[in-house]
Amino acid sequence: MTTRIPVVENILSANDRIADRNRVLLDEKGVYSINIMASPGAGKTSFILKTLEALKGRLKLGVIEGDLATSIDAEKAMAAGLPAVQINTGGGCHLDAVMLADALPALPLSDLDLVLVENVGNLVCPANFQIGTHLNVLIASIPEGDDKPYKYPGMYRGVQVLIINKTDLMPYVTFNMNYFIKGVEALNPDVTIFPVSCKSGEGMDAWAYWITEKVRAGKQG
Amino acid sequence: MHELSVTQSVLDIALANAGARKIKQVNLVIGQFSSIVDDSVQFYWDMITKGTPAQGSLLHFERIAGEMTCRRCGHVFHPTDETFECPSCSSPLVKISKGEEFQVESIDVE
Ligand SMILES: Nc1nc2c(ncn2[C@@H]2O[C@H](COP(=O)(O)OP(=O)(O)O)[C@@H](O)[C@H]2O)c(=O)[nH]1
Ligand SMILES: [Mg+2]
Ligand SMILES: [Zn+2]
Repeated sequence: MTTRIPVVENILSANDRIADRNRVLLDEKGVYSINIMASPGAGKTSFILKTLEALKGRLKLGVIEGDLATSIDAEKAMAAGLPAVQINTGGGCHLDAVMLADALPALPLSDLDLVLVENVGNLVCPANFQIGTHLNVLIASIPEGDDKPYKYPGMYRGVQVLIINKTDLMPYVTFNMNYFIKGVEALNPDVTIFPVSCKSGEGMDAWAYWITEKVRAGKQG
Repeated sequence: MHELSVTQSVLDIALANAGARKIKQVNLVIGQFSSIVDDSVQFYWDMITKGTPAQGSLLHFERIAGEMTCRRCGHVFHPTDETFECPSCSSPLVKISKGEEFQVESIDVE
C-alpha cells in the first residue's frame, strides 16, 4: 500500500540555510556584500572594476570571482591593493552558497567594508541559488535587447538592483527603453535602477553614492 | 550542471521525510518562473538513488504555468514572453500570482 506524506519544502532549502550562515558571518564581520549576475559579456567584470575605482579611498573592498570566462586580472586587483579570490565552479552554471562559504575565509573580512561577487554569466540558474549576500544585482546591457525581462522573468524578479549597462551604445542599437522598463516593473516594482556606461563612466557616481550609503547604513543597523 | 545539485537536494529532502520506508514517487511542484529543472533530471535521479530507499522511484513534475493579476482591474491572465500587459485593460501594473513554486510537495512511500 502506498501512503502519501506531505512535505512542502523548497527544493533548495539546504542551500538557503548555508546562505543564511554566510550572511551571519558577513554581518559579524561588518561586511556588506553584493551578488552580481548577468549574461556573459553584459559587463560584470567591467562594472566591478569601475566600482572599485569609484569607491577607492572611501570603502575597503574585496572581490570574489566566480566567472571563469573573464576573470579579473590578479595584477589589476593587486595594483589597486585589493584582495581577490577565484572560485573554481568546475564549469558550473551558477554559484551556490557552499562555494561562497568556501571562498569567504580566503578574504581578510575583518578589514573589509564591501565584497563584490561576480557570479557565472547566465540569466537562468543564478537566480535560484541564494548565496547569502545582502544585495542581488542584475546587470542588463543595451546590446542584449529590450525583451530580456520577458524571456528571463525569474532573474528580473529576484534582484534588488538593476544596472542597465552600455548606455553609450543606445544610439547604435534598437532598444525600446519604455518596453524594457515596463517588463521590469511588472516583475519587480521595487527594484532600484541605475543606467550606466562602464566605458564612459556615466552614471557610476549615482551608483557609487547609493551603495556607499547602503554600506554605511548596514554598519549602523 | 545544476541538475546534480538540484536532484541531490530533492533526494536529501525525500529521505529525511521517508524515515526507513521505501520511496515510490517524489512529487515536485515547479512554477514556470523558476523552471531550472527539466524532466531530464530523472536520469540523474536514477543514478543518485541507487542503493537508497528511493532506488527505482519516479520523479513526478507538476508544472505551474505563470499567472499574473492586474493591479488595476483584477483580471487574471497567463503572460506571454512578449508582454506582461493586462489583456483586459492594457495596464502595465500587474503582479505575479502563480509560477514561482519550487517545492518537494509530497512523497509516496510504501
Ligand atoms: N561599449 C561598451 N562596452 C562595454 C561596456 N561595459 C563593458 N563593455 C565591454 O563588454 C565586453 C564584456 O565585458 P565584461 O565586463 O568582460 O563582461 P562580463 O562577461 O559580464 O564580465 C568587454 O569587451 C567590455 O569592454 C560599456 O558600458 N560600453
Ligand atoms: Mg566577467
Ligand atoms: Zn487590467
